[in-house]
Amino acid sequence: MLHGSRLRLYSLLTVVFLVGGFALAAFWAPMDADQGFMQKIFYVHVPMAITALIGFVAGGWFAIQYLRKGDSRDDLRSYVAIHIAVVLGVGVLLTGALWAKASWGRWFVWDEPTLTSFLIVFLLYCTYTPLRFSIPEPERQARYAAVFAVIGGAFVPLNFLAVRLAEPLIHPRTLNSTGSLPTEVRTSFFLSLIGMILLFITLCKYEMASKNATAQMRALRRKLGGDDGGVAKRTAAPTVDVP
Amino acid sequence: MSPIRAALFKELRLELRTPQTIPAMALFAMTTFVVFHFALQEPTVEGELAAGVLTVTLLFAAMLGINRLFVADHEDGGFDGFLLAPVDRSTLLVAKAVSLIAFLVIVELVAVPLFAVLLLEPGLDLTMIARLMLVLSLTNAGVAAIGTVVAALAIKTRARDLIVPLIALPLLMPVVIGTARCLDPTFTSTGAQALPGRWLLILGLYDLVFGLLAYAVFDYLLED
Repeated sequence: MLHGSRLRLYSLLTVVFLVGGFALAAFWAPMDADQGFMQKIFYVHVPMAITALIGFVAGGWFAIQYLRKGDSRDDLRSYVAIHIAVVLGVGVLLTGALWAKASWGRWFVWDEPTLTSFLIVFLLYCTYTPLRFSIPEPERQARYAAVFAVIGGAFVPLNFLAVRLAEPLIHPRTLNSTGSLPTEVRTSFFLSLIGMILLFITLCKYEMASKNATAQMRALRRKLGGDDGGVAKRTAAPTVDVP
Repeated sequence: MSPIRAALFKELRLELRTPQTIPAMALFAMTTFVVFHFALQEPTVEGELAAGVLTVTLLFAAMLGINRLFVADHEDGGFDGFLLAPVDRSTLLVAKAVSLIAFLVIVELVAVPLFAVLLLEPGLDLTMIARLMLVLSLTNAGVAAIGTVVAALAIKTRARDLIVPLIALPLLMPVVIGTARCLDPTFTSTGAQALPGRWLLILGLYDLVFGLLAYAVFDYLLED
């Protein structure tokens, strides 16, 4: 997994599903009567949000594995999952703001539980990297980051529960209401969702492969020159051990 | 004496001999009321505004306490002393969380009457006090569970004063929502309305989940 196995396959599948899903959404799914073409952002925004939340919870899951077994690869997986999920989170907030502006007339709507709780979760995970940065020792950095990821992973569902109960519902409940949607919409949506999850996995694999390649490169340099070839940069990312 | 009681008495004795955290928290709370008075430009507040002002003030005062929670142990080797003792590590979590709750209660005993005098439109009566005790005890439990873990997480980092509020505030957002929602009907000037049971339930659920979670992860935050 660390060597970027089947990267090409995953990249290809991602392109096929995302392009297919978006194409179906754009040309096959019916145009929204009210919102017109703007509603198509639904096929980007919602899958991206679901994937980001899955990424946060997955980060917590790998963190539990790390705390239990102490395998530094689990720490790397947890870090990468959270990192990519935060990047997707930026996309979610931007597409959400565009859509809110188009349909509700404002960039951000506070009496909107799904939006608000996503913002809170996003703000929490934005502190993950500064936390890692501020701990110099690699072993303690990994352990503390894992504790953070476990708490964050549990926080995601509870926060959604609390914020959702706080406000009246105006945000469409995507997964509850799929039953009543036309087949075209449902198929395009689920294809986009699968595509987005594949994109997440592919990006994670790329980042892990890159981290691994950097570590191997450093190890080789050390072997060749006896020297590190420059001081290793301070980083928030986990260091990969190369035998 | 049981280990938890011993560790708890140590915390309280430390604060009693050199009062540092509690006076700072109480003074901060009072200053915050003054800030709210001038920033909102209101002589008195009621209802949701009052609930918000009290919640925010207590939360930020709690941040001060959370920031200081492990400082003495970190600087004077309290961690090493504790780890040498043949007791379970979660003893420290329980003792710290209970002492944080005690600090919060003392601060609230000062801050809430001050709030009633300085800002609150409807006067304090017995029902209001009973409700405040119920709601704030749930709030304190949640703040203590999250606060202890975050304080232990931040104490060994280089930027602990930055890390504590950055992590703790988003994590405490459900507590903020719940407390504000519960206090809103209590502070209406037309007489207190029914407490929203749903929000009490959410606060209780939050305390339970994060109390257990804190218990589960705290061991990993202490050095071997």
